[in-house]
Amino acid sequence: MRKGRFVRRELSPALPPPVAASGPLRWLRTRLFAGPVSTVLTLASLLVLWLIVPPLVTFLVIDAVWSGEGREACLAETAGRPVGACWPFIAAKLGQLIYGFYPAGERWRVDLVFATAFALLVPLLVPPAPFKRLNAALFFVAFPLAAYVLLVGGWFGLAVVETRAWGGLLVTLVVAVTGIVASLPLGILLALGRRSDLPAVRWLSVAFIEFWRGVPLITVLFFATYMLPLFLPGSWSIDNLLRALIGVAVFAAAYMAEVVRGGLQGVPQAQYEGATALGLRPWQTMALVVLPQALKLVIPGIVNTFIGLFKDTTLVMIVAIFDLLGQLRAAFADPSWASPSTLYTGFAFTGLIYFAFCFGMSRYAHFIERRLKAGR
Amino acid sequence: MAPKIETTRHPIAIEIEGLDKWFGGFHVLRGIDFTVKRGERIVICGPSGSGKSTLIRCINRLETFERGRIIVDGIELNDDMQHIDEIRREVGMVFQQFNLFPHLTVLENCTLAPVWVRKLPRREADSIAMHYLERVRIPEQAHKFPGQLSGGQQQRVAIARALCMNPRIMLFDEPTSALDPEMVKEVLDTMVQLARDGMTMLVVSHEMGFAREVADRVVFMDSGQIIEAAPPEAFFATPQHERTRAFLAQVLR
Repeated sequence: MRKGRFVRRELSPALPPPVAASGPLRWLRTRLFAGPVSTVLTLASLLVLWLIVPPLVTFLVIDAVWSGEGREACLAETAGRPVGACWPFIAAKLGQLIYGFYPAGERWRVDLVFATAFALLVPLLVPPAPFKRLNAALFFVAFPLAAYVLLVGGWFGLAVVETRAWGGLLVTLVVAVTGIVASLPLGILLALGRRSDLPAVRWLSVAFIEFWRGVPLITVLFFATYMLPLFLPGSWSIDNLLRALIGVAVFAAAYMAEVVRGGLQGVPQAQYEGATALGLRPWQTMALVVLPQALKLVIPGIVNTFIGLFKDTTLVMIVAIFDLLGQLRAAFADPSWASPSTLYTGFAFTGLIYFAFCFGMSRYAHFIERRLKAGR
Repeated sequence: MAPKIETTRHPIAIEIEGLDKWFGGFHVLRGIDFTVKRGERIVICGPSGSGKSTLIRCINRLETFERGRIIVDGIELNDDMQHIDEIRREVGMVFQQFNLFPHLTVLENCTLAPVWVRKLPRREADSIAMHYLERVRIPEQAHKFPGQLSGGQQQRVAIARALCMNPRIMLFDEPTSALDPEMVKEVLDTMVQLARDGMTMLVVSHEMGFAREVADRVVFMDSGQIIEAAPPEAFFATPQHERTRAFLAQVLR
């Protein structure tokens, strides 16, 4: 070899990586007890779990009362032991919690709407399921009309059920689904309007967004319910639930608009130029190139808004619409079920329902995000 | 099969007269007069900020200009949206950063504009796209996403995507500047092939080897003006302007 020069004679073969020690013990050591800080955090977490989980299980399951006909069953004196959740209370009030005061003989209509929604929504959310376009058309166009006819009645010999009688989970879902389905397209339009080159469109969008974001939802609902009728001619009457629906949808749309705007700002100018140079019109560029990327960027924010909206629906209680939580509070007033654990049982049950819906949305969004990321 | 490049329609591909453009108060293009004949290959070089990218971006209206005229294939470029649409359909463009659509597959990138702008049926658009992907030698990547390809492959997809619109003129805005050195050649080879097929090309590039090999004329720009334009042999052997000489001394070390 000459000085200052190196020439490799043979290339080294690629070797498999050295076998790392594995197994549960190693996992414990590296993940839970890697150092003093990690050890302290692990122990603190265990302490918190120990403080929360056993009492919860005791209340919900071990000490719970599972059958009975009235408050006596859920009293410690009659049971002769400490009493946890009073599940017979939920069983007795389940109809009220789901349907509100929807007439018992007509509740099959609500069931049918729930079942149809479920049957249409599941294949829509499962990516490999076929006929997505037909499915979407059915869910977003045909289903709302059918649901309206079924729930309100007045056609095909169905008795009219006024929205005043609606309540419980039915109202929660009607308000939430309408809000979710209406707020996304409305929010997209507002976000695009805010970035428009036309000053009038831009200013109107900004004013709309800032106004609805600036007032509390309770004010909106209050205004819509109690103040609006004072300004409208006497013969005009808009259904109370419909007013709340519009209020919630518009409110959520203003938030959604800002989320979408964030996504639009995340799409580089180069994407517009690439599409424009190919001859795509501005609206085609927006719909085919920019929006798909922008919405993908802000899936977490969109779902965040959906979840917030879902829980905000409880505020309709303030304008005498009895959603799930409203019906629960009405059920508390029943003296035949008054017991020390009734309140906790009721809130635990409705809490679990809200959690199931919100957690479901969150997990689904996570799944879609990962799916969109794969392959890129 | 995709139609052949049409070479007979208008003898002058691009005519630029007295073009002036400002970015705010900055005079970025100053009185550009320039004509490109059909089938001509032009390489534009010059220091950064000299206005060369801005010049070719004016041709398909990615940039507007304040004064002067641009006529592409006999179509006057003005505020008339119909004219702009027509010109964009005639003129393909390849960017430094590829500007592929990351949410679409390679094939979908290539068929988007043919389907939505030219209103071709999907099957026909697919077969045209595959034809050009074969020509840039990456048909096997058709169903991957741009992010899964190397820079050189992405740029070749971008060339195929532009060709799918069957343009008569191709603009290249520093097509190899963002590439790793070992990928420059595969892109230049594709461009050489395109030049041999008779495409009218305007290439903003510092690849002097490419200029020597395929250019009919090399244009040197500085401070928003054309300083010198000549066939490559003359341009490289006997540059006339001192700025050209200074620039060449920098790039041809």
